[in-house]
Amino acid sequence: MEIANVVENVAFNLIKQAVIYLPEDVKQALKKAYAEETSAAGKTQLKAILDNIELAEKYKAPICQDTGTIIFYANAGADVKHLDKIENALINATRKATKEVPLRPNAVDPFTQKNSGDNTGRFIPYINWDIVPGDTLELTVMTKGGGSENVCTTGMLVPGEGINGLKKFVIEAVIKAGSQPCPPTILGVAMGGGSDIAIKLAKKALLKPLNEPNPNPEIAKLEKELYEAANMTGIGPMGLGGKTTVLGVHVEYAFRHPASFPAAVAFNCWAARRATARIHADGTVEYVTHKGRV
Amino acid sequence: MTEYHFKTPISEEDIRKLKVNDVLYITGTIVTARDQAHRRALEYFKEGKQLPVNLEGLAVFHCGPVVSKEGDKWVAVAAGPTTSTRMDIFEDEFIKNFKVRVVIGKGGMGKRTTDAMAKYGAVYGAFTGGAAILAAKAIKKVKGVEWLDLGTPEALWIFEVEDFGPLAVAIDSHGNNIFMDVAKNVEENRKKIYQKLGLQI
Ligand code: SF4
Repeated sequence: MEIANVVENVAFNLIKQAVIYLPEDVKQALKKAYAEETSAAGKTQLKAILDNIELAEKYKAPICQDTGTIIFYANAGADVKHLDKIENALINATRKATKEVPLRPNAVDPFTQKNSGDNTGRFIPYINWDIVPGDTLELTVMTKGGGSENVCTTGMLVPGEGINGLKKFVIEAVIKAGSQPCPPTILGVAMGGGSDIAIKLAKKALLKPLNEPNPNPEIAKLEKELYEAANMTGIGPMGLGGKTTVLGVHVEYAFRHPASFPAAVAFNCWAARRATARIHADGTVEYVTHKGRV
Repeated sequence: MTEYHFKTPISEEDIRKLKVNDVLYITGTIVTARDQAHRRALEYFKEGKQLPVNLEGLAVFHCGPVVSKEGDKWVAVAAGPTTSTRMDIFEDEFIKNFKVRVVIGKGGMGKRTTDAMAKYGAVYGAFTGGAAILAAKAIKKVKGVEWLDLGTPEALWIFEVEDFGPLAVAIDSHGNNIFMDVAKNVEENRKKIYQKLGLQI
């Protein structure tokens, strides 16, 4: 089969898997939160979330009515052929998924306010490319909800404040976001690079599984510290109060300009939808996050 | 925390029994309304025109549902709540004029709505954000739709529901508002967090 056809097929499956089935690590984190939540109102919300996840699986229907903006991450092996065909295949897959899953049409022209109706438009679906060694194409889709996107934030901090400035920035972002991003949320936090690089790294960090702290112990410690601090706010599930405000925090960084300290916080809602597959050179496909859900 | 199962129309007496943190399930009729429907309804009232549906004792749901038409019948596919704060500027008049007993949404509402709920007898039921299938499964029938000219999400969708919930009573008719309490609490906790992390306010 042509690579374009394989990619279209796989991308369609990934979108479908992502919007119907939450990744196992997110489900486990929600179950743990439900068991540990002490606020009555918060517990009801977590129970409703878990029931909703189960119903979505049972009826093979999207978990949330906002099926998000479609974003792809393509880790393309340098030896993969016909890479120029992939963009088109991803657009076709998005159109097909919108019709067949179905997805809510979420791509609006900012000039005319017209909705394209099929989740595609200028730069949408957005594709993040990385070139890696080898002949495998790894594709990940993130379908990103609007409520949690609306509270994502970047800031240019004071370099002299160092990491403390970052901690403050993250806590204030969580407090300001309140109930808006449908907590419990997942936070992607990044510093350095530049304003664009920081938010890009922060958003990409949302793809990491919740049960995998950063391999660098110093970063892992910062992740834990931010996680505990965010959960001390008392915002709780859906902002109704409780100790589960975030399910996890992932920190990323790039080196910074001496005069700048860019920082970014990306939020994902509890409906943290993502799916990954690998397409090998011989045409075989390996579903990574949703084995057996095709 | 007590669990209540009410049937519409709900009386003021029943609604006054609810306290914040109680859980409510509704059977009967709920009607969706977002910004534009609120605005039009209040205009109708001012002009002395009848609403296409009598809201007395019913629940109003802040929701722009995903609906599909199967034959000539509408079906609610996904119907999660939308953010309620946008309706804060209309809700006090809405409760007063139309005697709705329950307002369903996500994210909570402010002081104006809280005061109106205390005065006229209504509660705010928080429905879990994103739990669209849970909501859709409790909708047994789309009884009707009015004001479709406002667009699908903004129209008045009249749903027949069975045990629609769980709704966390987040504002009761006695002046209590969980969201305002949480906000106060968060302010206090911010100090503790700063202290723990060794940060300056
Ligand atoms: S923030 Fe997430 S869970 Fe909440 S409504 Fe939007 S997509 Fe759904």
